[in-house]
Amino acid sequence: MELVMKAFSIREYKDTRSGFGEALLELGRENKNVVALCADLTGSLKMDKFAMEFPDRFYQAGIAEANMISVAAGLTIGGKIPFTGTFANFSTGRVYDQIRQSVAYSQKNVKICASHAGLTLGEDGASHQILEDIGLMKILPNMTVINPCDFNQTKAATFAIAEYYGPVYLRFGRPKMPNFMPDDVPFEIGKAITLKEGSDVSIFATGHLVWKAVEAGMKLAEQGIDAEVINIHTIKPLDEEVILKSVFKTGCAVTAEEHEINGGLGDSIAQLLVRKLPAPVEMIAVLDKFGESGNPGELMIKYGLDTPNIVDAALKTIKRK
Amino acid sequence: MKINNSIQQLRDLSFQVRKDVIRSLAEAGSGHLGGSLGLADIFTVLYFNILNHDPQRPDWKDRDRLILSIGHVAPVLYASLARAGYFPIEELQTLRKLGSRLQGHPGKDHGLPGLELSAGSLGQGLSVAVGTAISGKIDNKTWRVYSIHGDGELQEGSIWEAAMSAAHYKLDNLVSLVDRNNVQIDGNTKDVMNLEPLADKWKSFGWHVLNCDGHDLKDIILAYEQARKIKEKPTVILAKTHMGKGVRSIEDNHTWHGKAPSVKQADKFIKELEQNG
Repeated sequence: MELVMKAFSIREYKDTRSGFGEALLELGRENKNVVALCADLTGSLKMDKFAMEFPDRFYQAGIAEANMISVAAGLTIGGKIPFTGTFANFSTGRVYDQIRQSVAYSQKNVKICASHAGLTLGEDGASHQILEDIGLMKILPNMTVINPCDFNQTKAATFAIAEYYGPVYLRFGRPKMPNFMPDDVPFEIGKAITLKEGSDVSIFATGHLVWKAVEAGMKLAEQGIDAEVINIHTIKPLDEEVILKSVFKTGCAVTAEEHEINGGLGDSIAQLLVRKLPAPVEMIAVLDKFGESGNPGELMIKYGLDTPNIVDAALKTIKRK
Repeated sequence: MKINNSIQQLRDLSFQVRKDVIRSLAEAGSGHLGGSLGLADIFTVLYFNILNHDPQRPDWKDRDRLILSIGHVAPVLYASLARAGYFPIEELQTLRKLGSRLQGHPGKDHGLPGLELSAGSLGQGLSVAVGTAISGKIDNKTWRVYSIHGDGELQEGSIWEAAMSAAHYKLDNLVSLVDRNNVQIDGNTKDVMNLEPLADKWKSFGWHVLNCDGHDLKDIILAYEQARKIKEKPTVILAKTHMGKGVRSIEDNHTWHGKAPSVKQADKFIKELEQNG
């Protein structure tokens, strides 16, 4: 409860990609082995300050993402910690085989940092709004998948993945969203953060949907429903302990994400619950459709990823108990 | 560790490596014989004359790095690593078997010492070599990067992305070698997808191009020594080779690209090797 109260006291809007950019710059100052690569999107990825301050450790890859990913794998062979930056679409689908063989199967310490993920990219439309990236990355052995919820958490996650040895996919976005996670909350890979405790329903959310889940928790409280809201910033490895404890208490769950229903957070949690603690689950996700042009807010409403959708899903899953 | 082996010593080693390749493939019952034999002289020169490495310390920070991009010639890599002392020679007989560190295509997460990268899906190793070379440049290191490619592999577009970037970053610590045997699974490269004019392609991408006879040990050494003197640009060695080299009855026969000999055939092939030696 304390975290949510703190969250509501902050009314600041910031983009997650800027959290990444700030952390990368600080990492550059702290660790000379941190290097960055970008495929002609330095400004969009907020890597420009790093590039200016550390020209000898910034490598422009040009519009050649496949090369960029494998070059990053090579940089680790000389002991570097490479952070690659491009849009989520070009960070995953376009370069899947390079990630699979040269990074994941080769156990290389590459940090694949992806911006403009999901519908909230907005007006550019479906070609760029990848909604399959979490699925593509989470099915790869050796891969860690992180989808932070706001500026502060993206910044904290960027520091955390530099400390961790191994391949990581870090997903963030373009629009300015509420920056509500207090900046002193530690980021531990694979450790979910309970934002609000509750006993009637567990709401597990990731990325931009965490804020919506917090709002949904408040709306449900107005109706006398005590929802537990949990921020699942790491989709893989999944914090099974926190999820099982929560569902053991509440008996039902809602998952919420800016991703396809196939391959996202929802099916990771459903798989866990089916194996260890069967319980009703409702999923807020994109239902096997490509996105389209529009502003982020309109798109989230049209595709059913808004606060009222989470509230409805909570009511529905409670009824199924 | 860098050994200045005499040409006769290298000849003996390449003969041994070829024998290891044939025996391990016969024992495995599957695998790629043609390309593995075709690269035996080049691998012997690299592991026993060119590379600055230490089999007792596979992760030695100042080692030269060898990046094998064409994973299917794993048998010649494994034979060279074993002969150099990275692991026991007997282990070669575990090739492609359950639980082995010698995967059908090299797999970095199976714990084989001396292996830098998983490979098998083509067209990635040059990019990895570029990244490795950049990391050496960042720290002003003198160690060098050697990558090995197939000619058919050059049909992958990502090779040319990598080629562009190596020249852009002036990676004179990178030497790539193309196993120019003119053959790929479906036939001759000129029929499947023509690569010529190949030297001009590399030149136009900003590389220094050298040619060598990939079975003439002196010529291979000379090419690598010349490459060392080239500054401000990467070097590619177009090595003319014959698939199946050493075993006359299968030389240049593309049907031996992805085949292993039976134990009986292996005996016959080794006899042929001995006669040629």
